[in-house]
Amino acid sequence: MSFLLTCPHCGSREVTDFGFGGEVSSRPKGRPSRRELNEYAYFRRNVAGIQREWWVHRSGCGAWFLAERDTRTNEVHWTATPQDAPGAPDRGSSHVEGAP
Amino acid sequence: MTRLDPRPGERIDRSRTITFTFDGKPVEAFAGDTIASALYAGGRRIFSRSFKYHRPRGEMDWAGQGASSLVQVDGAPGIRASSEVVRDGMVVEHQNAWPSLDFDVMRMSDIAGGPFTPPGFYYKTFKWPRRAWPLYERALRGVAGLGRLPERQDDREWRTEYRRRHCDVLVIGGGIAGLSAAIAAARQGADVVLADDDVEPGGAQLAEGGHERVRALAEEARAAGVEVLSNAPALGFYDGLVPIWQGDTLHQVRARRHVAATGAIEQPLVFKDNDLPGVMMTGGARRLAALWAVRPGTTAVISTTGDRGLDAALALREAGVEIAAIADLRPDAADRELGAAVQAAGIRLLAGMTVVRALGRNGVAGAVLARVDPTGKATGTLEEIPCDLLAVSGGTAPATSLLLQSGAKARYDAATSRFLAELGDGVVHAAGAVAGHEDADAAAVSGTAAGLDAVVALGLGGATAKRELTNERKRLDVLPPQSPVAAPPAYARDGRRGGKAFVDLDEDISAKDIAYAVAEGYDSIELSKRYTTVTMGPSQGRHSQLASIRVLAAVTGRSLDDVGITTARPPWSTVPMGALAGRPFEPAKRSAVHGRHRELGANVKWAGDWRRAYDYGDPEGEAKAVHDAAGLIDVSTLGKLLVRGPDAGAFLDRLYPNRVSNLKPGRIRYGVLTSETGRITDDGTIARLDDDSFYVTTTSSGAGAVYNWFTWWLADWGMRVHITDVTQASAAMNLAGPRSREILQSLTDADMSADGMTYLDALPAQVAGVSCLVLRIGFTGELGYEIHCPAPHAQDLWDAVMQAGAEHGIRPFGLEPQRILRLQKLHILVGQDTDSESTPFGAAMPWIVKLDKEDDFIGRWALERAVEHPASTALVGFSLPDGDVPAEGAAVLDEGGAPIGQVTSARHSRQVGKVIGMAWVPSAQAEDGAQVTISYDGRTYDATVQTSPFHDPEGTLVRS
Repeated sequence: MSFLLTCPHCGSREVTDFGFGGEVSSRPKGRPSRRELNEYAYFRRNVAGIQREWWVHRSGCGAWFLAERDTRTNEVHWTATPQDAPGAPDRGSSHVEGAP
Repeated sequence: MTRLDPRPGERIDRSRTITFTFDGKPVEAFAGDTIASALYAGGRRIFSRSFKYHRPRGEMDWAGQGASSLVQVDGAPGIRASSEVVRDGMVVEHQNAWPSLDFDVMRMSDIAGGPFTPPGFYYKTFKWPRRAWPLYERALRGVAGLGRLPERQDDREWRTEYRRRHCDVLVIGGGIAGLSAAIAAARQGADVVLADDDVEPGGAQLAEGGHERVRALAEEARAAGVEVLSNAPALGFYDGLVPIWQGDTLHQVRARRHVAATGAIEQPLVFKDNDLPGVMMTGGARRLAALWAVRPGTTAVISTTGDRGLDAALALREAGVEIAAIADLRPDAADRELGAAVQAAGIRLLAGMTVVRALGRNGVAGAVLARVDPTGKATGTLEEIPCDLLAVSGGTAPATSLLLQSGAKARYDAATSRFLAELGDGVVHAAGAVAGHEDADAAAVSGTAAGLDAVVALGLGGATAKRELTNERKRLDVLPPQSPVAAPPAYARDGRRGGKAFVDLDEDISAKDIAYAVAEGYDSIELSKRYTTVTMGPSQGRHSQLASIRVLAAVTGRSLDDVGITTARPPWSTVPMGALAGRPFEPAKRSAVHGRHRELGANVKWAGDWRRAYDYGDPEGEAKAVHDAAGLIDVSTLGKLLVRGPDAGAFLDRLYPNRVSNLKPGRIRYGVLTSETGRITDDGTIARLDDDSFYVTTTSSGAGAVYNWFTWWLADWGMRVHITDVTQASAAMNLAGPRSREILQSLTDADMSADGMTYLDALPAQVAGVSCLVLRIGFTGELGYEIHCPAPHAQDLWDAVMQAGAEHGIRPFGLEPQRILRLQKLHILVGQDTDSESTPFGAAMPWIVKLDKEDDFIGRWALERAVEHPASTALVGFSLPDGDVPAEGAAVLDEGGAPIGQVTSARHSRQVGKVIGMAWVPSAQAEDGAQVTISYDGRTYDATVQTSPFHDPEGTLVRS
């Protein structure tokens, strides 16, 4: 795996500079059922295609940001801070345990 | 001496003499010589012994492509003598020969050879009796491999720097095409990098009549702003990333467009004893004469399949080599323009003939020429011609490996009898010989076109670039056709016994070996490659891939197209492991006080990334000092985060299962962090500094992860909070013990009295003149103060506290005594006493979870369920009568003797007078006085459960 990512603060860098936070999914709003909780905590869509995901500029400014990437080709369509991300801001999403 | 008079374009500087040693004897060279050119000038013809048969080998390509010139240089094995430039004092030794290069006893394997060394010989022969393998292995290891690694680790390591270079266009290959492409792209404003594996750019033209032209182009390229990397082979194409190895630097080049101008590789011919020293590729012989002014031989026979050989004949004759004859496989050779030219020059041209055998024992003494049938068998009379140089040219093979790695498809071109790369619509362009444009003028035009193509694709250069591109493409269309080249037979032979016809000199694979592999069923090119290891040597198939395909096609009766080509894989050029592995990088973190710990005789050990004082030689005595008087421990390794902003309290409320926002300024609360699944991930203290500021500590090993966790959620929630990681900026030390108050008070004007500074108070204060944050907490179970200060002042503060404490009997204490102290209090260590399944309920901290909190927090839902379904085991303290200490990880058994839990911590405590520990036990037994069985190392212990601290269970001391 080798491609470039653009940190919204620092600019274009090798992907090895970044930590991966996994796909963005939404956190249940109210008290979830057992099934919903399990799906939220353990299940991911794992799409072969365009995916919205979290990245952190680990070896740079340390900022978390969102990216849309094609998981088949590693083509990155855009990166943005959560507040600048296109579409409705997906507040309260799922974070995989164990930071990158 | 075979050094020629000064030659135009030679690469040596005759005014500077360099002396190095070869096998202990001094060798004189000129600056600019390679090891091999200097040795050849001095008369040496054998540079190495072959991999398997230990046959004498000379150099064939003089560009360092094959394995024939591998030597040991200053202790490093596998250096190519034909491309390594000489330095004064260099120590060069031969490898893979004993006792000497000129007489090698292992040559036996060649002479006895035959039935004993077919492919797969080792696997078939040394498998029985199985018991004897270790014996075989030792013997085989002795003869296998090339060169010796230096004994000392230090001599095997060197620094490799990684450099990341992003550019618009990367041109791989600095021949006439690559230079033209780079110039064209740079002139249109592109940022261009050009990488070439020779010591200077120029490519084939440097030695083939165009040195002035290419050197001028190189200057032009530099002037146009191209970054030219020499001695810099490209290793492969990895998703658009091209690693380029240049000495101690590994450039990781990522370009938006690539131009592959990797050229074409002149192919050897396959005939009997085609590996004798004195057999060279025509291009190799020309390099030797042109670049280092060394005469490659006195009398030469040339065997060729195209104009290259005819051209070489004229060039070599001009360098003082007598050309005895040229065999040109093309029947119409004499009628061609160059054919007529060589004949006019008085050179004997044998059209329709080729070499079928080289004569000589340790070097070429003659060549046998003949007409051959399509299978390569000689027909008609054989002609023996004495010579000491046999220059061969089997046509060229485009160096398509990098292109294929980038996604191009290999396509067999019947007209030229070779494999070309079919480019897709990707980001890679091809120029020059690799794209089929071999003549200098054609290569230049195709290079310029490729460079313009790349910049136009990038949207650079505007209309001018587009117009120029159209013009160049038109010129490309009207270029004269390449001169025809005959396809050589797979394996030319004279029908006489004896001799080997090598397909792969690196690996000592003969045509017979491939036929043998086919007979054993390995009849696909990928299988026969793996079985025989053909093309897998240092030259990576540069000289053997096409030849092996031809032999396989001939043996199986298939077409070359049908046989196909093996998958191209990196690395394309050999590279030391060390260059890829990078430099050893094991960062160690040390606290600002580390030097003092050393002076105090600390026993320093690794704790995660940190170097920490485990003890100062007497862990139990140090713990006792904390109980009796005072101790000082460096806890700078704690993670420290400043969480500030109007929403800081609300933010922390969402992260911790307990309440943080109602903490009063100047107060401290213990906090456990849980994941969404309710599992404990970290713990620490939270001190509120003012309404908007919190000072959060984490475990030493969790500092980075907690910072990431916090910033991640903050990015998600978008609250008005700012997080600063001050772990490295701040140092911390814990002053603990009954006398600690007096010691601290003597160093500060702040009120440290029992009423002025109560348990869990946080107070900014000047201590010994240093601005500190004093936290009154009790991890050790005694009265204690955690003093945080700017790291640069930490050593002064440490000294001041130790000095002030001297009269009170203060002692420094390390991690080990701290572990005893905290165990007496049943204070957990996250990651030691808990694992990825531990919830706060299981870890006996139900009080830390506030499910009555109004708002949501991370892990809430899972913890609500954990209340409904209590865990089967719980974390408790236990004690044993004084004696053996069970190891951490020892099993806790149920009534039936099955393991149900485990010991997580255990220590002998002098204070308690027992062995104490923590363990996960069945929930039913998680009550004071319950008995559990611990099993360790075949023995069982009856332990007594205790849920309250062993030392000061009421906590009166920490609150005193």
